[in-house]
Parts: sequence; C-alpha cells; structure tokens
Amino acid sequence: MSTYDRSMALTGQPPVTLSRNQKLATLIGMFGLAIVLLAAFNVSFPNKALWLSISLASILGGTIWFSSDAYLHKQPGIKNDGVWFKSISSQGFWGWIAGIALTGFYIILYFYPEYLGLVSGGDNKGVIGLFDPLSKALSGNPASQWFVYGTLYTVAILAFGIKFLWKYRHNQYERIRTFSVMFFQTAFAFIIPELMARLNGSSLLNGGSLPYYDLKNMWPLNYYNFEGYRIKGFLSSGDIGFAMLIFGIATIFIISPILTYRFGKRWYCSWVCGCGGLAETAGDPFRHLSDKSMKAWRIERWVVHSVVVFVTLMTTAVIYSYLGTDTSKYWLTKSTFLIGVAVLLTLVFGWVMLFKRKQLQKDAQYGAIGYFIIIMALIGMHFLSGDGNVFLFKSETLRKSYSFLIGSIFSGVIGTGFYPIFGNRVWCRFGCPMAAILGFQQRLFSRFRITTNGGQCISCGNCSTYCEMGIDVRAYAQKGENIVRSSCVGCGICSAVCPRGVLKLENGPLKGRIDSNQVLLGNDVDLMQLVNKK
Amino acid sequence: MEHIVIIGNGIAGVTAARHIRKHSDKRIIIISAETDHFFSRTALMYVYMGHMKFEHIKPYEDWFWEKNSIELVRGYVTEVDTENKKLLVDNTKSFHYDKLIIATGSKSNKFGWPGQDLHGVQGLYSKQDLDLLEVNAPNKEKCKRAVIVGGGLIGIELAEMLHSRGIPVTFLVRESSFWNGVLPEGESQMINEHIREHHIDLRLGTNLKEIVSDENNRVKAVIIQETGEELSCDFVGLTAGVSPNVDFLKDSGIELGRGVKVNRFLETNIKDVYAIGDCAEQHEAIGNRRPIEAVWYTGRMMGETVAQTICGNRIEYKPGHWFNSAKFFDIEYQTYGWVFGARGRKEYEEQFHWRHDTDKVCITVAFRRDNNLFLGINTFGIRMRHEIFDRWLTEERDVDYVMSHLADANFDPEFYKQHEAGIVSKYNSDFEKSITTKKKNIKRIFQLN
Repeated sequence: MSTYDRSMALTGQPPVTLSRNQKLATLIGMFGLAIVLLAAFNVSFPNKALWLSISLASILGGTIWFSSDAYLHKQPGIKNDGVWFKSISSQGFWGWIAGIALTGFYIILYFYPEYLGLVSGGDNKGVIGLFDPLSKALSGNPASQWFVYGTLYTVAILAFGIKFLWKYRHNQYERIRTFSVMFFQTAFAFIIPELMARLNGSSLLNGGSLPYYDLKNMWPLNYYNFEGYRIKGFLSSGDIGFAMLIFGIATIFIISPILTYRFGKRWYCSWVCGCGGLAETAGDPFRHLSDKSMKAWRIERWVVHSVVVFVTLMTTAVIYSYLGTDTSKYWLTKSTFLIGVAVLLTLVFGWVMLFKRKQLQKDAQYGAIGYFIIIMALIGMHFLSGDGNVFLFKSETLRKSYSFLIGSIFSGVIGTGFYPIFGNRVWCRFGCPMAAILGFQQRLFSRFRITTNGGQCISCGNCSTYCEMGIDVRAYAQKGENIVRSSCVGCGICSAVCPRGVLKLENGPLKGRIDSNQVLLGNDVDLMQLVNKK
Repeated sequence: MEHIVIIGNGIAGVTAARHIRKHSDKRIIIISAETDHFFSRTALMYVYMGHMKFEHIKPYEDWFWEKNSIELVRGYVTEVDTENKKLLVDNTKSFHYDKLIIATGSKSNKFGWPGQDLHGVQGLYSKQDLDLLEVNAPNKEKCKRAVIVGGGLIGIELAEMLHSRGIPVTFLVRESSFWNGVLPEGESQMINEHIREHHIDLRLGTNLKEIVSDENNRVKAVIIQETGEELSCDFVGLTAGVSPNVDFLKDSGIELGRGVKVNRFLETNIKDVYAIGDCAEQHEAIGNRRPIEAVWYTGRMMGETVAQTICGNRIEYKPGHWFNSAKFFDIEYQTYGWVFGARGRKEYEEQFHWRHDTDKVCITVAFRRDNNLFLGINTFGIRMRHEIFDRWLTEERDVDYVMSHLADANFDPEFYKQHEAGIVSKYNSDFEKSITTKKKNIKRIFQLN
C-alpha cells in the first residue's frame, strides 16, 4: 500500500495537465475575477455597467470554455479520470488554497462588508459600487454585499451548471435536475425578490413593504421568516403580503410533507434549494471528499438533529417574545402559542413512536431526547420568562447566536468555504435543519428509496466514494438492501457512477420500502430462504 | 472451538468468513499474501484511473475484522499437510485447521510467447499487478505506446485504464471481432466500433508472435504473426484469460484438474477441505455453466453456500439463473439467462437483435425456436431489473410475454429514453407478430397483489 501511494505521487501528473484552450480559458476567467478584485482595492472604473458586464461575461465565458474543452471532445459517459490525482480535487495544495480563499471571502462578506465597499447612507465604493448599476436596474436600490454575493452565486451556479450538464450529458436525470436548480436560483432566488422589492410602497401592496423573500426558501432554512419585522412587513402589504405569510407557513406543514411523501426530499435538496444548487454545480468536483466512515456518520446525526432542536426553540422564543398576553386584543397570545407548539410536537412525536417505532430503532432515542429538550424548554419559557427573556437569555440573544453560529459560520464560512477540504455538502449534511426535517419525513413515510439491482453489485465502491452526503451506499448495495437514509438528497450520482447499473432512484410503493430482503440473487431458492431466515 | 482457515481474502473467501461468523462463533483465520485487507478486485482499474484511492475499494473499514473476530494473516501458504491438518505459511509459521477453505483465485494466463517474462510485460489481476503497472506505464512520457494481447474483459479494462492517462494503445485480438466467443455478432460489432471511438488501435484477427527485448531485458516491440509487422512499444499487457492459482497444492494430495476439483457440495477429495471461487473446478459443469467460473458473483454465491455446509447445514451449490455484467468503456452490459455467441449457440436457440439507429444501445433476446421459451437477454446501454428476469426465467415465460412486459424490467434512471416501442416493433416485423407493449406497472414489478 505504501509503495503504491509513493509511486502515485511521483507519476500522477499526466491526466492533470491543462490543454492550451484550457489555459486560455483560465486566463479569461481570471481576468474577470481580476476586475472584481481590482474593484475591491478601490480602483474606480469609469463606466461601471460596462466593466461589470465585461467581468461577469469573462467569468462565465472562461468557465464555460474550460468545461467545453474538458468534456465535449470525449465520449459521453462518466469522466472521473484523474480526480484523485489533481491537487485541487484531492485536498492537495490547490485544494487548500481554494478553501482558504473561499473561507476568507465569506468572512469578509459576512462580517466586514465595509471592506467590499459598503457605505451606509452614501454611494457605495469598491466591489459593491461596481455592482450598483445591476442592482439599480433590477430593484431600483443600490447594491448591498448580499446583492454582490447573490450575483456571483448565480453566476457560479449557471457557469458550473453548464459544466455539469456537459459532464453528465449522457444522463437525462442529471440534466433535468441541473436545469431545475439553475432555473430556481436565477428566477426565484435572484431576480424575483429584486423585482418584488421594486413593488415596495406601491399601490399594489397598499403602500406596504414586503420583506426580501426567496419564495422557495422555507423555514427553518430561513429561520428569520417569522420574526417580528417580517411579520409586520407581510401584514403591511395587504392581501399579497398575507398570502405570502400563509404560503410561508403552508410550505412547512403542507407543501413540503406532500412533495416529500411523493418524491423524497430530493425535490427540494437537489432540484430547488440554492445551497444544494451551488453544491451540485460549483461543488461537484469535490463530492468525493466527504467522509464516509462510521464515525463521521455518528457525528453527523448528533450535530444535524441538535441544530433542529436549536432552531425550533429559537424560533419559538422569538415569536413568543413579540406576542402579547391580552386575549382581548388578539387570539394568539404567548400561552396559546406555547401550548400550540407543545401540542403539535407531541402529536408528531406520539405518531412516530406509535406507528413508526420499528423503522427507527436507535434513532428513536435521539428523537425522544430532542423532543424532551424542547418540551422542557417550552415549559421553562412559560414559567421562567418575562420581558422577552427566555430562561436567562433574551430571545434576541438566542436568535443572534443562531444567526452567527449556524446562519453564518456553519452555512457560509464552513459550508461553502470548505468544499475543497470536506466535500461539497458539509452544510447540508451536518448543519441544515431543513434537510434534517425533510430527512425525517423521507425516512419515515416517503415513497422514495434507492433500490439495488439483485445480485449485480461488485462492491467496487464508486457509489460510496461519489456520494456527497457521505452515505456508504455500497454497504447497502452489496447486501441487496434498499437505501432509505434520511440524509440522501437524491442527487442520483451513485446510480450514474455505478458501472454495473445496480442503483436506481425510485418513487415506489410504501410497502416493503424499508424491509430489506437481503437476497443475493443468483443462488437457488432454498439457500435464499435460508439466508433470509433471521 | 473449531478452527476454520481460509486461504485467500477475495470475494469468495471473505463471503465465506462473513457467513460463517453470522451462523457460528468458530475461530476464523483468513490467510492472504496479496493484501492486508479485502478489496474489490473488479475495482482495481478505478484506482489507476484516479476515480478512487485504494482505501475506497475496501468494502469494509479496517476495524470490521477485529470487531467480527475474523483473524487476518498476511503470508503465502507454502505447504498444505492434509494428513495432520496443518498449513505452513512462508515456510515458517504453522497453522492448524479443522476445516480448510481454499479460495485462492486466479493467475494470468501466459501461453509461452517468446519474451513474455521481459520487464514491461505483465498481466492484470492482483494488487501487485496494479503496483507494477504504475511502474511500467505511469504516464504517456514513460510509456509511449502500450500493446494489449487478448480480447476479453480484462483486456478492454486495461485499454480503458491506459487510455485514461493518454497512453496510445494497440489492442491485439485473436478473434475476428471483440469477445465474439461470448457475444453475438451484432453486439460484438458495436463494441468494436466503441473501442475505436476511443482511438484505441484495435487489430482484429491478430496474433502475437513474439515480444522483442532491448539490451536491458525490457520490452521494446512486439511482432505480429500475421503480418510480421514490428510494433515498437514500452508496455505489453497479457490479458488472455486467467487460470486457477493452485500450484502450491501440487503435493498436498488434493485432487487437481485445472483448478481444485470439487463436488457439488464444494468438497474436495479430502475430508474437511473445500474450494470455492475462481480456483474451484466442478467435476461436471452445472447446466450451461463452465466447470470453472472466474466471476465475482460465482465466488460470492459459493462463499455463502460453503458457509452453510461448514456450519452444519450441508448444502449443495446450486447457482440459480446465470447473470453477469461488465462495462466496455462507456457502455454497460448486463446479461440474464443464456445468450450465446456464434460458437456456443445451441441448435434450438433463436435470437432477436435490436440496435438503436444512432446511440450505442442494443439488446439481444434468445429463445427456443420450437416453443418460444425465453432463454436469456443481453443488454448494452440499457439497465435491466435483475429480479424481474430471474422471476421470468423461473416462471418459464415465453418470449412474447417478455417483449410485451419489457417496460417492467427497465432499470434505467428516471427520464431516460425508453426504447421498448422500437424494440417491440422490430420484433414484430422480424417475426411477423403483433405484440403490444404493456405500460410499466409497479404492482407487477413489486408483486403487490
């Protein structure tokens, strides 16, 4: 083994070298980035609209040219040649450089936007100033750091989306899915909210102002959706605002459970979600870096479910803090709300424990612990709080710590910045409360599963290696078991990379969805019966 | 406590060990000279191609073996003393066994070509072969041309591997078309085309005459028998099949043919000694199968069977319906039941072949000419559901039933092009029938009634 790795290090160059076209493409892309970088150092461009267009076009064009040269002259099919030899995609030097650069960008973006040229109450400078013309064209407002980020994010999804489309052009599932994330990012996450902002104060909204709302982004991913200022914003805008508030609630309790029942959580995580969209496109070269060990799986389950507990408590506390106590003013008071939350949670918990216990085994304990924590906290909130305090914290403090720890550090800085180190779905796997809730639904009552094809598995490990969620797919496939895992986002790559056609994402009947038959097809019937006897 | 010793940590030996552990608490020792831990042999190619690192092709994490108290010994078994039930490892360490399972797999065939032992000439089977390949053909600068001799599955995999590093490959195939000893003509033709699409210099109907040495005992060229042409090259891959790796058993008293002779219970002529996997040879072939089957799935099934026998439930090895699969560059191949190439075809076997107009997709269905009984199917570029074909073969369906229910058997990912309509209309026109296709039905597929 050791000799092998040594020789690999010495001789692993050939597939890595760039073609002349790719070098030129890199130059063009880098030129586009350089404009942004120069702007960051306060070089003032005379015609911002023009230079911004040149910059974005170079980044897009460079990336697309690079990908066309990488894939289009090859036969369609799985092209993972040399992935583990390239420095950038095997946690090598360039991987670390990329990781550090991305992380640095996120830290500046989230915590030091003034370095990017954000000026409050005046004209923006620097990078943010460069993006002003585009922002004004869309929403009528000057750009913010979030607008800059949103634009670059969308450009990344589009450029790398095209790369993905070419790389997997033999695979219709991957193509359609990628068109979907590209569409939802461009329309729902980027353009529609900007256009909605344009309506603020208009007669259409009765003079009210809608909060910035990416409609496909639901609680708890947008943990701030039910905060006081947003509720006020929704309610100020008449029927449209009220409809959007209702929609926000319906997405959680009605729309997402139905869709997840029918299609699994993939409808969201790998077809719609923006975080997923970036992971699937720009993050695709890093998907094999996720840790598949049993240890990583244990950590994942504890962390991601703790985030759900945290976000539930935090949201409850925030809503609780601005509700009143006087029933004559409004029917929803502090105590009705708490009781409501408690009842709802008890119903869900009771239903799971009564009907789905067998499917959960050990997970049930985690569920029970999480449930217990929330209920105790709710009781505590009721008795120990006053003046917006929840226990000893102000609910606002709780919200701020969530926003800092989970909303910024986890989802942004680590989640995306560490793509080249820990793989592209770190956030989705360990941190996303939405993924955990949808995963819970998927695990318990969805028609979705990954089926395995009888005895055709050769245990090669491609599926596990290329699973971005760190699921050891092979462990199931070689036993002939269906794969029903709450973390599976249904990206379909395991099925694509399987050289024997063993894996298939299916929306099938609920019956027999979790029970494995452990049949290694091929042996005679007697032995199979024997093997199946537990 | 009974001592079970297994020689070989491939799929056969490891499956046997796992199942023995499931059923008993016997002491299990696995001896292997190849690697410390079990890995998927069929995946070695992906390590060279950079799709995976070696650790990824190990199906179990390293703690698995200790946790399941399966003892692993790294060493080469030099002597088997069946009288005293003892093994000698590396001529030094001695192991006692109560039951011995031989699962030593294969070694590459060499047919006595002149120059076959030169530096730069090798087969591809073991981990050591892969390490050697990394030395012999690390990149296109050190290896300016590679020649592969032998037109089977390992040959085409080796071609794909070298191709992935930009090394030009000449592929010498003895037959008139790639793997046509196994594949029907149309399929074999399509693979020829696909090989050439990848710019592999495929030479059909060509035999190797000699491998030419340079002054350092390294390969510098090969000479082709038919034309006498001398092709200069830095690497020669010998992939003309494999044979059982059983030389170490010559003086053990265990009956050998080409492999270790076993009966249907996988027992050798000596009590408490069993052989499974690539190295086992049936006295008489089972059905249409060959006496030696060097196939991953066969090794696994034998491992399961022998585990039952060793744990007190003596059971016959009865492989069910034949199946296999492979991948030729970008084309996936699956087979269920029996479809023969021209060579092995039975006189009662009729074949229906369909190929897509533009895509590299085709299928061949075999059935009995007299009573239309469905015999088997080969698919290229279409995935099929194993369970369905297993069921149809057991139920002895006729070919019309299979053709009309083809959609049930489709295992392609969602949104893929469906070819059933085209296939069935060609079938109808070939055999003057009027079958209509039935829509895919989940209830039928999962037998929910």
